[in-house]
Amino acid sequence: MEQSQKETSRIGVFICHCGINIGGVVNVPEVVEYAKTLPDVVYAEDNLYTCSSDGLNKIKESIAKYNLNRVIVASCTPRTHEPLFRATCEEAGVNKYLFEMANIREHCSWAHMHEHERATEKAKDIVRMAVAKARLLQPQTEPEIDVTPSALVIGGGISGIIAALCLADQRFKVSLVEKEPELGGMLRNLHKLYPTMQDASEGLEHFIQAVKSNKSIDVFTSTVVKEVKGFIGNFKVTLQKGNSETANLDIGTIVVATGATIFEPVGMYGYGEHENVITQLQLERLLKEGQLKKPEKVVMIQCVGSREEKGRTYCSRVCCMTALKNAMFIRELYPETDVYLLYRDLQTYGQHYEHHHREAQEKGIRFIKYAQEKPPEVVAGKNGKLEVNVYHALLGEQIKIESDLVVLSTPLIQHKDAKELSKMLKVPLGSDGFFFEAHVKLRPIEFATDGIYVCGTAHSPKDTAESVSQAFGVASRAAIPMALKRLRTEAITALVDEDLCSGCRICEAVCEYSAIEMQEKEGKQTSKVLEALCKGCGTCGASCPTGAITMRHFTDNQLVAQVRAAPQVAKEVTKHD
Amino acid sequence: MTEEFEPKIVGFLCNWCSYAGADLAGVSRIQYPPNLRIIRVMCSGRVDPAFILEAFRSGADGVLIAGCHPGDCHYIAGNYKAQRRGILLKKLLEQFGVEPQRLKIEFVSASEGAKFAAVVKEMVETIKKLGPSPLKVQMEGLTYASG
Repeated sequence: MEQSQKETSRIGVFICHCGINIGGVVNVPEVVEYAKTLPDVVYAEDNLYTCSSDGLNKIKESIAKYNLNRVIVASCTPRTHEPLFRATCEEAGVNKYLFEMANIREHCSWAHMHEHERATEKAKDIVRMAVAKARLLQPQTEPEIDVTPSALVIGGGISGIIAALCLADQRFKVSLVEKEPELGGMLRNLHKLYPTMQDASEGLEHFIQAVKSNKSIDVFTSTVVKEVKGFIGNFKVTLQKGNSETANLDIGTIVVATGATIFEPVGMYGYGEHENVITQLQLERLLKEGQLKKPEKVVMIQCVGSREEKGRTYCSRVCCMTALKNAMFIRELYPETDVYLLYRDLQTYGQHYEHHHREAQEKGIRFIKYAQEKPPEVVAGKNGKLEVNVYHALLGEQIKIESDLVVLSTPLIQHKDAKELSKMLKVPLGSDGFFFEAHVKLRPIEFATDGIYVCGTAHSPKDTAESVSQAFGVASRAAIPMALKRLRTEAITALVDEDLCSGCRICEAVCEYSAIEMQEKEGKQTSKVLEALCKGCGTCGASCPTGAITMRHFTDNQLVAQVRAAPQVAKEVTKHD
Repeated sequence: MTEEFEPKIVGFLCNWCSYAGADLAGVSRIQYPPNLRIIRVMCSGRVDPAFILEAFRSGADGVLIAGCHPGDCHYIAGNYKAQRRGILLKKLLEQFGVEPQRLKIEFVSASEGAKFAAVVKEMVETIKKLGPSPLKVQMEGLTYASG
């Protein structure tokens, strides 16, 4: 629906209680009454949940009833719910770019939970700013682009392998890139998998063969991603093998499945000093190769370098189960060996794992709880043994264990080169170093950047079963744009007013995408935006000395209107004389 | 009776990092003072210095520009441009008699909810100490065209 610029705005404002999430802090009815006083607002109401089907129907009904041509929903963040409300507007015949969102939950009620009055005033301000922008919104049309039916999977561990196979099953071409000479990732180092105790290599070998024999999958080993350009549907990817050989690929969607590595606890509990202090990963290798000599007493220490006060504050999720698995396996191998498990909290969540915990207790593993502030000490003992001193937090007693082998459970951590990849793909890492998803609950396996997805331990510590589930999920998500073949992209691009353009070429110089070129028109040099290349960042607009460039949907006028609306006060709470 | 001065701060937050960081602060229920009014832009590089001057002219006591960390910009280098413009603008503001501390340029990633809250808290404290913006004080009682 085309709307002329002269048409008067008729704005409807829908203010959401979000149950008690907003309504429990912000006085929503008061904000509704305030919204009704704002210019061009012809209708305002509150909803218990605007995103419910009831709420969405109310929007559609009101558009028809009050002839609304602008819609504002004051609720949560546009980063999760804008697509839903935009779709609702489109269904009711209102161009989706005539929708504006006012974030009064994440940016207001949740951040000011104990200041009801001031939160209410802030909510009014946020709504006023949204109205100021909405009055000036213009309908936009979105350009359509083709999607290359070919996926790039970065990382050839179990997650990447499953994702690649699953995408190939859907008849898409897949390029699977692995920096090591062999596929398999972390699983290649593991002995048995809990809770089934099957050999790690058994399943893995089957999947590696399946990948190698699949004609739709190109496998690149000893290869890294060197450069990524472009956007969803049209990525240009350069791979590099060794120092010289490169390959250029056209890619539709990208899956990050780069996995994790393990923390080396150098300097902790005698690791690096005594050769019989090892990590769980080293123990796995000894067990796998049948090299573990019979120990009399084994001590395993949990949470080594994880769940710290500062630094690696996270729980690595797999260590408790790994320790139980290996402890039981040692007892099976050498029934006379005592295994002590020194833990802070045992996290054996879920159906199968708690059962495993109970089994370990029945099999005689000795559990000793230690406190974070009183960690165990490992020192050299007699006859090449180790002496482990631990304060038993439940008995309230200091205990000494003469041990032949100390095994440290250390967390999974991000690879060092992940930072480089994150910059290349323009996707974030979280504070713990792992790749950071778009939304922890609603968009758990995709990035905020369209067309790039994440699965497995690149995202956070998780075990094989969880990684495999995510890999199946990610293959489905990454297939959607390729299955659609054509996509509509955001209409937010730069717009040049040729009459105002002085041809100074500053915009051309600041554009990172070479999306601006100069054209001659009536004897005058002016800028021209190459829309297919423009990403809509707006740097050119901010740099233009004559104000000739603005951005669609984020025009100078709209932003200035928001700016002017911001410092006004809805109710005078501020006096200063 | 004098109530405590509560500054009004206008914040330009980039869609990809800082706006998401502000979302995360909310999701994590990290509490910070309700003095900031957020304007979402796709990139901090979109922020024209004229917008910042307009904010002060409209009565803001402070302006925050927050973008992705160096090297993390969704649009390659918009954040660097925002930072460079900000540094120059601070000098200009000083000549107008506006304390440069009233303009703050920060890098806040999508995972830094706690940092975002800390930035807002610190900025509110700084501006409380400075008092109301001298431009606002000057213009009080004056009417001026807002078109």
